[in-house]
Amino acid sequence: MSNIITPRSVEDKYAELIKQRENEDGSELSILNLGPTHPATHGIFQNVLLMDGEKIVDAEQTLGYIHRAFEKIAENRPFYQITPLTDRMNYCSSPINNMGWWLTVEKLLGIEVPKRAQYLRVIVMELARIADHLICNSILAVDSGAFTGFLYIFQAREKIYEIFEEICGARLTTNMGRMGGFEREWSDTAFLKLDAFLKEYPPALQEFIDLVARNRIFMDRCINVGSISAERAMAYGMTGPNLRAAGVDYDVRVATPYSSYEDFEFDIPVGKSGDTYDRFCVRNEEMWQSLRIIRQALDKMPEGSYHADVPDYYLPPKEEVYTSMEALIYHFKIVMGEIPVPKGEVYHAVEGGNGELGFYLISDGSRVPYRLHFRRPCFIYYQAFTEMIKGAYLSDAIVIMSSLNVIAGELDA
Amino acid sequence: MTNETIKEKLVEKFGESVTAFEEPWGMLTFEADREKAIDVMQFLKEDEALAFTFLTDVCGVHYPDNDIERQLAVVYHLHNWVANVRIRFKTFLNGENPEVESATRLFDGANWQERETYDFYGIIFKGHPDLKRILNMDEMVSFPLRKEFPLEDQERTDKDDRYFGREGKALETKN
Repeated sequence: MSNIITPRSVEDKYAELIKQRENEDGSELSILNLGPTHPATHGIFQNVLLMDGEKIVDAEQTLGYIHRAFEKIAENRPFYQITPLTDRMNYCSSPINNMGWWLTVEKLLGIEVPKRAQYLRVIVMELARIADHLICNSILAVDSGAFTGFLYIFQAREKIYEIFEEICGARLTTNMGRMGGFEREWSDTAFLKLDAFLKEYPPALQEFIDLVARNRIFMDRCINVGSISAERAMAYGMTGPNLRAAGVDYDVRVATPYSSYEDFEFDIPVGKSGDTYDRFCVRNEEMWQSLRIIRQALDKMPEGSYHADVPDYYLPPKEEVYTSMEALIYHFKIVMGEIPVPKGEVYHAVEGGNGELGFYLISDGSRVPYRLHFRRPCFIYYQAFTEMIKGAYLSDAIVIMSSLNVIAGELDA
Repeated sequence: MTNETIKEKLVEKFGESVTAFEEPWGMLTFEADREKAIDVMQFLKEDEALAFTFLTDVCGVHYPDNDIERQLAVVYHLHNWVANVRIRFKTFLNGENPEVESATRLFDGANWQERETYDFYGIIFKGHPDLKRILNMDEMVSFPLRKEFPLEDQERTDKDDRYFGREGKALETKN
């Protein structure tokens, strides 16, 4: 093929720069590889850094270490087999990805989901958001030297995973939900565990914040480190907590509410300077807001079914498959992916753990998507990293990277 | 700001270069000529009334069954946060020699998204500061999201749309 571009390696480019600078002012720059498997990068990605002593002059990222060609695979899988792929994008909050995908499909198929199922989805998405932010913030604390907070709070994630396990049987890669709702009614144990979580988590989170947020060392490491202005953040396509830390109150849950988010009262926390500390604080506050949403959803939980009445798309109860011909036919067709799908192009976005998680789906009426593109927030905002670390110290780069919450699975898809 | 007013403004400014206006699920979509695509984007971004200041997404699509002038497409999603309006436009490119101007001069965030589109479809973005592969390895010789690039076993004949009374693409069944 004629269009293939053979790029120059980063090392060559930097080698030239080093020579040039040496001739100019005698400075001795050096190249440092941060990653691909460095404990502080929390995932497989490489940063080639051009260093002047301990200061970063320039940087270039290498992506794709865990690229799994999800968009290509999705073009060859029936719709219900695509959720497991979405699990593996932002694996810290897989239920949000799952629900985002189902909402996209339901938009295309015109499925109306019952209120109760929508509220249950909200609960599970907010739990996932808490799990996501909790990891990001506690790991940020670890990277700046505060190990205790991480150890204390991490038990809470275990509790969230136990709730997921009760709902869908899986903990990390959840593959949760179906077209039109959930695969089964939530058990009483799930609600009991949820109640217990709502009781136990606030003091745990408060303890974590008390331990870390006003810690002198932590503050010195985070305040005014990795600042980004709202204009630059927008230019780079940042969304989610990282953008809100820069002072823009854009949240998909409020801008284009999905799954009944308009029924709930919650605040969107915003920061001011867009630095690491603001990102930390915004995430903390979002966890409180998520708890608020979950409580409201539980209080207002409507009566009704946990799934929509759409036999074309929703699997019939297993007992009926053995006794009724109709159920057997539906079962067979759905499992084979043979569902009626209209032609069309649809874009649907949800507020993922890291920002606007979008699904652009082109359907040509066949059993598989003609084209499915994931708008992965991590992939888009990680570009800003180079600009954020230029002129900073190496140790700052580590902290900035953890505060951005770059998830390798989502980055590389 | 309604879809109707956006459409009127675009047609007034670009005339024949913007076509095929549609409103699936309430979102205004259209096609722009490849020479004008980035000018259209600039107009959408910089016009005070329109103010689509956020580039949500860039991606490519391959239509091997179209005629050669329309075999590849780049899809742009823009978003006006103030009025909360989304817009989508496509620009079709030549299948043999796909070239379009880069959007990096308008949005820094287009950089990696265009590299990704190049990586998967081989679409050349003119004026891109550093166009090269991003997710796949540099030594790769194909553009993997093009439809001719097979994923599954070529011999597989089950799960074929034609057996279910529908036309459609068979699941990678090439003879």
